Amino acid sequence: MNRLTESCRIAIVGSGPAGLSAAARAAQLGLSHVLIEKTDHLSDTIYKYQKGKHVMATPSQLVLRSDLDFDAGKREAILGLWDEQVAGAGVTVRHNAEVLSIEGTGEPIAGSVMKIVTRKRDGTSETSEIQRRAPPYRLKLSDGSEIVADAVILAIGTQGNPNLMRCAGADLPHVQYQLDDPKEYIDEHIVVVGTGDAGIENALGLAEDAEQRNVVTIVNRGMEFATAKGANVKALLAARDAGRVNIQFNSETKAIEPGWITFTTRDGEERIRCDRVIARMGSAPPRGFVESCGIEFTSGDRLAFPRLSPVFESTAPGIFVIGALAGYPLIKHCMNQGYDVVEFVNGNASLKPADEPILEAKFKDLPGRRDVAEWLDYLRSGITILEGMNPLQMREFMLDSTVRAYRRGEVIFERNEPGSSLFAIADGSVSVQVNPDDPSITVPIGKGSIFGEVGLISGRKRGATIVAAEDAICVEISRTAALKLQSSVPAAKRAIERISTERQLLQMFGSGLTSADLTEVLDTARIEQVSAGKTVIDEGDEGTDILVIRQGSMVVEKQIGGKPVFLNYLPAGSYVGEMAVIAGGKRTASVRAAIKSEVIRIDGPTFRKLLDAKPQLLAKASADMAERQNLNAFVESKKDSFSNVVDMYSNVANFLIENGIGEATDVLLIDENLCVGCDNCEKACADSHEGLSRLDREAGRTYAHLHVPTSCRHCEHPHCMADCPPNAIHRGPDGEVFINDTCIGCGNCQRNCPYGVIRMDAVPPKKPGLLSWLLFGKGPGPGEPSKKWSYANAEPGVEKAKKAIKCDMCSGIEGGPACVRACPTGAAIRVSPEKFLSIARLERESA
Amino acid sequence: MASQAPAKRARQTERVRSDGTHEGFLRHRNFLWLKIGAALSAFCLIVYLLVDVTPRHNGGSWLGYALGTIGVLLILWLTALGYRKRKMTRGAWSLKAWTSAHVYLGLSLIVIGTLHTGFQLGWNVHTLAWVLMMLVILSGIYGISVYATLPQQMSFNRDQVTETQMLASLREVDRQLHDAAQPLSQHHAALVRESLEQDVFGGGLWQRLSGSSRNCATRRVHRTIRQETGAKADTGNDPLERVDGLLERKLATLSRVRRHLRYKAMLEVWLYVHIPATFALIAALTAHVISVFFYW
Ligand SMILES: Cc1cc2nc3c(=O)[nH]c(=O)nc-3n(C[C@H](O)[C@H](O)[C@H](O)COP(=O)(O)OP(=O)(O)OC[C@H]3O[C@@H](n4cnc5c(N)ncnc54)[C@H](O)[C@@H]3O)c2cc1C
Ligand code: HEM
Ligand code: SF4
Ligand code: SF4
Repeated sequence: MNRLTESCRIAIVGSGPAGLSAAARAAQLGLSHVLIEKTDHLSDTIYKYQKGKHVMATPSQLVLRSDLDFDAGKREAILGLWDEQVAGAGVTVRHNAEVLSIEGTGEPIAGSVMKIVTRKRDGTSETSEIQRRAPPYRLKLSDGSEIVADAVILAIGTQGNPNLMRCAGADLPHVQYQLDDPKEYIDEHIVVVGTGDAGIENALGLAEDAEQRNVVTIVNRGMEFATAKGANVKALLAARDAGRVNIQFNSETKAIEPGWITFTTRDGEERIRCDRVIARMGSAPPRGFVESCGIEFTSGDRLAFPRLSPVFESTAPGIFVIGALAGYPLIKHCMNQGYDVVEFVNGNASLKPADEPILEAKFKDLPGRRDVAEWLDYLRSGITILEGMNPLQMREFMLDSTVRAYRRGEVIFERNEPGSSLFAIADGSVSVQVNPDDPSITVPIGKGSIFGEVGLISGRKRGATIVAAEDAICVEISRTAALKLQSSVPAAKRAIERISTERQLLQMFGSGLTSADLTEVLDTARIEQVSAGKTVIDEGDEGTDILVIRQGSMVVEKQIGGKPVFLNYLPAGSYVGEMAVIAGGKRTASVRAAIKSEVIRIDGPTFRKLLDAKPQLLAKASADMAERQNLNAFVESKKDSFSNVVDMYSNVANFLIENGIGEATDVLLIDENLCVGCDNCEKACADSHEGLSRLDREAGRTYAHLHVPTSCRHCEHPHCMADCPPNAIHRGPDGEVFINDTCIGCGNCQRNCPYGVIRMDAVPPKKPGLLSWLLFGKGPGPGEPSKKWSYANAEPGVEKAKKAIKCDMCSGIEGGPACVRACPTGAAIRVSPEKFLSIARLERESA
Repeated sequence: MASQAPAKRARQTERVRSDGTHEGFLRHRNFLWLKIGAALSAFCLIVYLLVDVTPRHNGGSWLGYALGTIGVLLILWLTALGYRKRKMTRGAWSLKAWTSAHVYLGLSLIVIGTLHTGFQLGWNVHTLAWVLMMLVILSGIYGISVYATLPQQMSFNRDQVTETQMLASLREVDRQLHDAAQPLSQHHAALVRESLEQDVFGGGLWQRLSGSSRNCATRRVHRTIRQETGAKADTGNDPLERVDGLLERKLATLSRVRRHLRYKAMLEVWLYVHIPATFALIAALTAHVISVFFYW
């Protein structure tokens, strides 16, 4: 062993809440350990929160089990407390040491080979293999030293490493990868590299206050801003036009020197003044590093987490994974796992997980006396799609899901209710009322199977009412849990896909088809991803495939008089391509994806066979086709006589689709022919929601006096839900996407929403009533109070946390959305896309 | 698929109808309140013409009392719009419906109020009340005329730019002007300073309403500088040329801002007659009613 090699029983990598808590437990138990942290401070993720951020301690029912304390409070207080307690507990910490690799030093483990698939930009992939070796493990650190440990606890979170600059001079001290406070810099020439959201936001932040006199330049490799949100791009271009920011297009950084930076551009080299470089080129997720340690993930999916045993052990024996990296993104979970994992490593086999009481509460109203472990096992063995899960995954899965007993005849959900969750039947059976006019016509679904998958996949309303056919126990799997399930259990994904395709076809074509009739069609069916704007059917092409829109939406267009004319908007759950199959001939119109979509492609000839065998189906398909042909003929005839109106109709439709209406379920529009700019809509919104407005009437795009303000579209598949640590974003009973009280204010949803409709703010103090304002001028009057008033009237000593605020469609408020009710002129309207984009608009306008 | 029955828990809020149409406050429910207002006026007029009051129609007859009572109640209800607009209570009400009713019932007051007077006008508190009522109504008519025409123009002028953004770009041009003026001679720099120090929002209400730029310092300065730069070829590195360009940009932005503020002011200014006159009307009305009952 050389001088720089240290050895210990447990090496803990990463000093976030998970790693810290593990190290504290190890110190408490007197185990030899070392906590390795790549930065010069503890808990980098929390360290990087915005200054003064109120850190939240959710879920509140979960008890904290850790040697360190943690309660909701200011970032600074929490970090300060941990620093103190870590020092007091005698934790051995190595700062400024990044772990570069972890390798087993023991014998090769027979048959244990790790396959790593690396995907390249061009879509090809490469597979390499690693032979796993037994512990102890050797950890190579960035400071050149090594640590050998019997067990490794990996708690490196999910932040990953920022992508680094590679040009000459990239290691100079004025090159930084983070911007904490844009107000800190004055009188500087600053170059921001990277035109994603982070880069643009930084550049705008630095240039915002003219008093700082910064000269800000942002560097773009090409001409487009493909990875940034529309709102950010617009703000950036506006700032450029206003002369606040320079954009350096088609440029790559060639060299950095003190005071200067050189770019290679199309017209040769360009050298400009530069006192500081802020590189925001995204970060590489830690997956590559984790896999190189021999740790397998549950699937190739981006959402997948490492495959773990009930004691957090990964596929590399002796390496344990906890915290956000293991799929538990809340601080309390992280800390509890830190404690638990060290207990497990130390041989404690009887420790019950800290989330036990939460699960107990979930099962307490169910019939039959079972304890948590028994229930989990019962559900797992009873429900087909859960079979591939291990007990740890089951626990986590149940935390995001609910289970309920239903009496015979009880309604589980009703037709046309919104809902994006999936149901699974653990016991009993249910019946589906397939015909809305006659509830007595039902189709049974039995024990072990699933239902509600249409809502999960398309985000559309429930297609049928479902009733318990006998006493039943069903698990309602939230969308988040269902997505996690599909990414961690590939078999579950396939099962859900097959069932959903079959049912979608049955539901769509109805007409007395049974699943047996569909076997052949299903065998040819393929699910395809379609990116936004891509055409799936080209006018004039040969081809007879039928396409069923499974997710997203499509636009049908036809070339008339040399211009594409908008014919129809097809939401998920519709199909296209029937004309060529039924009537033969070439495609008569083009179909392209309005947003990122998924289609089921069905082989034309196979479908034709089915049509021939089922006259009823043929009749229905022919009727659908005739309706569409009439519509096409109508538009064509109008085009001759009302060419302008048709163009306008097409343009408006396309404008709306560009602005996200294609994925909206309910959107606020403002008719600028009527809007007098009184902002009563905003005021009403604020006054109906604790004083904060969730809508910016003036901002947003306008076409032909139709204005799409900055306000939530209640997307079919809300982007905002994607990465919410406490899972606080849900879809409510009226289809509204809302954020509940458990929001921790992390701002992920704000970053993920492509329409910039989420704001982070604290609830202002209560205002005096309207009458005292009208009569005595007390308080700030209707609408959102000014920041100044809120500040002056804040309750002293009470700190209110900033949370995510967005439109909830006035959920629970009788009468519905306040913005619409409060508009004096009728300019503000709420629409759902399929109705608003219908052809009737054209009929009316050309009438 | 696409056409589904309304959800059971669907909202009561008025939504865009399935044919994609929607109506503004004037057309609300196919002119329902216009019809009601017209019917009410016609009814009052017919009764007025049919009923024979001796010696002549006046506010003190039973018909006069009836019309007066309707008038007072209507006026109080019309005034309540100011409260309704700001009180965001729950319930299935729509301010658009209120405004629609307000406009047409308000107009019917011309008939009701005037018939109530029996055309007996004079120099007294009673006639004052009538005059004030007519003033409120006339200002209201002006109001709907701007409500009907200006929004399009405002939307067009705004061109997807918000007011905050307009003002920010104005500040930005100023900042650039300030920098660009550094290498200029003292005389030129003083000119630029004049433009920088100009108070864009000064000049009072009249200037804002007319959107006039007659006293605009920037325009004057630009003209003066243009006289010098106009004759010279633009070499691209003359600081005065740069200032000239910036001033031109500032003028364009200024005129957009002025137009925006002008539209906004026009959409609002009539309320400064409409509302105070309403309160004066209610005061005069009170005096009128009291004097009628106590001193008639
Ligand atoms: C803005 C924001 C606000 C949030 N607010 C809250 C909140 O209010 N309440 C809440 O419960 N949760 C909140 N979260 C989530 C929570 O912060 C994280 O889920 C949590 O910190 C994860 O803890 P962890 O220990 O797993 O990893 P992290 O906290 O990410 O810590 C990982 C540590 O490992 C280090 N590291 C990484 N790689 C290496 C390496 N190779 N070698 C050595 N060290 C390495 C990192 O520097 C870092 O210090 C928030 C998240 C964000 C982004
Ligand atoms: C005696 C009769 C009337 C009275 C007492 C009256 C009173 C009022 C009051 C108090 C308001 C509220 C203003 C505010 O708070 O913002 C108002 C608004 C308004 N009135 Fe009248 N009004 C009368 C007649 C009319 C008539 C005849 C018209 C139209 C022809 C009219 C058109 C309007 C309009 C358009 C508004 C603005 C609505 C808004 O933007 O919120 N009014 N009126
Ligand atoms: S907040 Fe969510 S649901 Fe609303 S527009 Fe943004 S992503 Fe869509
Ligand atoms: S309340 Fe109506 S008229 Fe007023 S700003 Fe809002 S949309 Fe425009």
